[in-house]
Amino acid sequence: MKAGGALTAFAAAGWLNPAHAEAQEWNKAAFDVRSIEELVKILGGEAASPNDAIDFNAPDIAENGAVVPLAVASAVPGTESIAILIEKNPNVLAGLFSIPEGTLPEIQTRVKMAETCNVYALVRAGGKNLYAVKEIKVTLGGCGG
Amino acid sequence: MANPMKIRARADGDLVEVKVLMAHVMETGQRKNQAGELIPAWFIQRVEATYGNRTVLSAQWGPAISANPFLSFKFKGGAKGEKVRITWFDSKGETRTDEVVIG
Repeated sequence: MKAGGALTAFAAAGWLNPAHAEAQEWNKAAFDVRSIEELVKILGGEAASPNDAIDFNAPDIAENGAVVPLAVASAVPGTESIAILIEKNPNVLAGLFSIPEGTLPEIQTRVKMAETCNVYALVRAGGKNLYAVKEIKVTLGGCGG
Repeated sequence: MANPMKIRARADGDLVEVKVLMAHVMETGQRKNQAGELIPAWFIQRVEATYGNRTVLSAQWGPAISANPFLSFKFKGGAKGEKVRITWFDSKGETRTDEVVIG
């Protein structure tokens, strides 16, 4: 397993393509963060700032917090990854999508929301952290029992 | 053994749109059963999509992705008749791979 060890070391040193290296192992620390600032600290790069080159499409009101459809499309040049953060969920980070070269910087998925709160689409590109934010009202929470 | 994914991949020129529906409970670890005990977390943690030897999307997920996860993305340079392969890995160490021919 020498090759695997070396590869992990390279990834840790940031020598591999970051967009790809970020997704090699589940990043527990990233999923434990409580804010977008904490996530940026873990992933690296400049402080997060809002940017209108990110098209974030989500409902204003989610009747069922267990299934909230989200669509993110980034027009930020060199977009390497897209993260979805849900401010008041037990785990703020919902998903981190790495965009390799040749893949369009746009993804669609569905998430659970515990309660009404801000949802962030964070785009990482060349050391910059840019986001679009939208408040989604939740009628029926999707995390409790 | 987990149930198969439903995958659709359609080419428009060399742009391929992929839509995936995975069969997974995506248990958060926050819910309780009728006896009041916490149901342990069980969710997909990583997803890899490949076209030939090329990774066309990789993702890391937490338990906030909805049950029976939906994912859609697009990549360039694909061709009708070739295959897209999707693999997921979950928090119990289970994994499943499915593939589809691009239409």
